[in-house]
Amino acid sequence: MDSIKLHYDISATDFTRAGAASGDVKRTLKALGVSPATIRNVAVAMYEGEINMVIHGGGGVIDVEITEDAIRMVLADQGPGIENVELAMKEGYSTAPDNIRALGFGAGMGLPNIKKYTDEFQLDTALGVGTTLTLKVFMK
Amino acid sequence: MKVKDIIDILNAEIICRDDLLDTEVQTACGSDMMSDVLAFVKEQGVLLTGLVNPQVVRTAEMMDMHCIVFVRGKRPSIDIIHLAEDRDMVMLATKMEMFTSCGRLYDAGLRGGIEK
Repeated sequence: MDSIKLHYDISATDFTRAGAASGDVKRTLKALGVSPATIRNVAVAMYEGEINMVIHGGGGVIDVEITEDAIRMVLADQGPGIENVELAMKEGYSTAPDNIRALGFGAGMGLPNIKKYTDEFQLDTALGVGTTLTLKVFMK
Repeated sequence: MKVKDIIDILNAEIICRDDLLDTEVQTACGSDMMSDVLAFVKEQGVLLTGLVNPQVVRTAEMMDMHCIVFVRGKRPSIDIIHLAEDRDMVMLATKMEMFTSCGRLYDAGLRGGIEK
């Protein structure tokens, strides 16, 4: 199969739309006949990343590449960057404000969840420059 | 049990997709924190929540859930209902609180998911 490339612009202001891109990828993978377990891992990882981009990153872009053996996702924002990556990777640690918690997020599970559900996880961040997550889930 | 059994058990009202009430469900998850719902990938058919926003539907979608039950008398807005309709999800609403709702469903045979 030739690789399929998908591109999404993630709005910083529209929380109600957050997750729309992940839903689209999920439906695309389903139509391609990808296994439910693989789809779930991709969907949860990308959705958490998408939510993070809206909450913390000031929006950004997501590029997805689907090949025969894996799904690669690159989520890039030009937000404030992550000050302490070690803390951000810790379950339960969150810098999300109360208004985000009221929306059901900010439990400090985002990045740990993303790592848990992906086979390859790379986090590049710089203060004042932004954060890029490069993720890979192998077809199972 | 079937989704329609939940209606009797929780004295719930149907909000949308009454054509899918025969869907079989064995497991459920109750939470107002969507991050926590996403934290444990399990086979779960039903989401009980007191949170009302579109992310409830999106979270349920990512987890392949078939039914959302709003507890404590919470009601979704029309845009949330449309999103659920589009994603083939039944939405129910009960006046019962979270603890009571979960307890009654557990008592009737519904269980927490099995972690994979």
